[in-house]
Amino acid sequence: MSILIDKNTQVVCQGFTGSQGTFHSQQAIAYGTKLVCGVVPGRGGQEHLGLPVFNTVSDAIENTGATVSVIYVPAPFCLDSILESIEARLELVVCITEGLPVLDMLKAKAYADLLGVRVVGPNCPGVITPGECKIGIMPAEIHRPGKIGVVSRSGTLTYEAVKQISDRGFGQSTCVGIGGDPIPGTNFIDVIALFEQDVETEAIVMVGEIGGTAEEETAEYIKHNVSKPVIAYIAGATAPKGKRMGHAGAIIAGGKGTAEEKFTALDRAGVSTVRDLAQIGDALLDTLG
Amino acid sequence: MNLHEYQAKSLFAEYGLPVSTGQAAQTSEEAVATAQKLGGTRWVAKVQVHAGGRGKAGGVKLIDSLDDLRSFANRWLGNRLVSSQTDSLGQLVSCIYVESVTDIEQEFYLGVVIDRSSRRVIVMSSGEGGVDIESVAAATPEKILRCSIDPFLGAQAYQARTMAFQLGVHGKQVKQFIRIFMNLCELFHKLDCSLVEINPLVLTSSGDLLCLDAKVNIDSNALFRHPRLEYMADPTQLDEREVQAAKFNLSYVSLDGDIGCMVNGAGLAMGTMDLVKLYGGNPANFLDVGGGVQKESVAEAFKILLSDEKVKTVLINIFGGIVSCEIIAKGIVEAYRGVGVQIPVVVRFDGNSAREGREVFRHSGLNIVAANSLQEAAQLAVSAAKGEV
Repeated sequence: MSILIDKNTQVVCQGFTGSQGTFHSQQAIAYGTKLVCGVVPGRGGQEHLGLPVFNTVSDAIENTGATVSVIYVPAPFCLDSILESIEARLELVVCITEGLPVLDMLKAKAYADLLGVRVVGPNCPGVITPGECKIGIMPAEIHRPGKIGVVSRSGTLTYEAVKQISDRGFGQSTCVGIGGDPIPGTNFIDVIALFEQDVETEAIVMVGEIGGTAEEETAEYIKHNVSKPVIAYIAGATAPKGKRMGHAGAIIAGGKGTAEEKFTALDRAGVSTVRDLAQIGDALLDTLG
Repeated sequence: MNLHEYQAKSLFAEYGLPVSTGQAAQTSEEAVATAQKLGGTRWVAKVQVHAGGRGKAGGVKLIDSLDDLRSFANRWLGNRLVSSQTDSLGQLVSCIYVESVTDIEQEFYLGVVIDRSSRRVIVMSSGEGGVDIESVAAATPEKILRCSIDPFLGAQAYQARTMAFQLGVHGKQVKQFIRIFMNLCELFHKLDCSLVEINPLVLTSSGDLLCLDAKVNIDSNALFRHPRLEYMADPTQLDEREVQAAKFNLSYVSLDGDIGCMVNGAGLAMGTMDLVKLYGGNPANFLDVGGGVQKESVAEAFKILLSDEKVKTVLINIFGGIVSCEIIAKGIVEAYRGVGVQIPVVVRFDGNSAREGREVFRHSGLNIVAANSLQEAAQLAVSAAKGEV
């Protein structure tokens, strides 16, 4: 078991023939992901990487069994691609693209909620169920199939956490990168709720960072709804106020969104918090014995 | 991207928001000429910097003679203003804004922001204007009125009207407030703002509402559809190293410590800074060299880190994902030689071909220490900065 994606998931790639789309599609196919087709407007009928290309997402769905889309379309055209996938009622839309205007994502998220479509991202590494399906840009080798659910706002920080989990002899049920933007399509609570339901997931590792109050809201949710052990790391304890730390969403605004507030809220909710980045794996070991 | 008040007010005027007449000046002569053009005997002069708290820092002045204006301009132009919202160096004043004087009856606050929790654009207002709105929100949250804008419907007149009545404005001001509310929301959406604030929105002695100050932040990610706004960027208001880094697509933020950090990925870069601090050191910066870690960006990153005289050692933390650490190591060695780095460098590699990457350093003959773990790397960097290695 896993969440969101598994070995039967059929994937369509939007922005399939671009350099990012091509490279990461090759990697996904090599991993065993059932990538079934791509969508590139104007290139319908062609083949790319041995797979059919369609003009529209609805064409792709009609002709293949795709239920999940991954988007590598450049930011200026990305809103359109997300809306097209939502309108086509895919089950899941994973948006890797970085640099989407916030108001675009605000609109996309509202539309996704209206039509009941789940969007993960933007500005995220993607979703992987180790050994079954890899959708996104994460390096495959560090993952092991297993029982730890991972959810994170950051790319390389996720890889760091995953590697430590694998090195301590654990594996991952599913890893979900929710992305570093101010308005993510899917948030910590959405993913943790799925991990709580998933019989295979035994513990949850969450990686947060400064900016916004998502971690505080998640702490409140965990306190009342989650029975599985949760280990949390928050990046940005040394970040200055009012400065954007790389990610669009990583900013302490109006004194809100500090790492300390997030650690405190999570501690209060009974989450095992980790302040030393090098000890995420060890904390998991302590928790699960 | 932040705009200056004078730029924000020109956009306000375009969107039909009432602002006083004024003009920006870069020299004292220009300031005087502006005052003469505006006419009258009293004016307000305001330094233009990307920071609040100007008034308390002496950067806003009621002027009642041209000599007074000249000396205000000479006092500030080319100098730096230090306020409660700047760092200890302050912000360079390269421009002052001269405008006509307004007689104020009452001050309000009106702002539009993106609320991350509800994922909506929110209009906020308060009868407590002209002061730091964050302290009002913290001390007396009931004094802040909020209104959520539907992403499909946009702002509606009834929402504006409701807020006007809640604020207690009367007569013709209700209509004026509705217009300001609606136009402000239109400006916010059309220009891809991340924040717009009028603080204060004032009721003048003649009974009209007027935007006395204007603050506009544009979403940098949306600049591709607003080329003319891109021209409004003022690099003199940013840290020099941040501007330099941005030219090479590096994300850099300067801090006060002595351990220069070079990391791939924003989250990992923050995590590395925190780790340095946790092990008793002080990070000099946040620096994300990007996922690919190209040779050219590493060389540029070295230059930027070394231009900070406080930096005594450099800690490089790379998690090799798709790109192999061996290739990255060769790039680092080349950049190290090319730039002529003189201070100790500690590298931590993990992920793709990390061992092969470390070997490259061991055979390089350079002062680059390849640590075996994240902890060891942080400890080595902290010791090196203290001169213990």
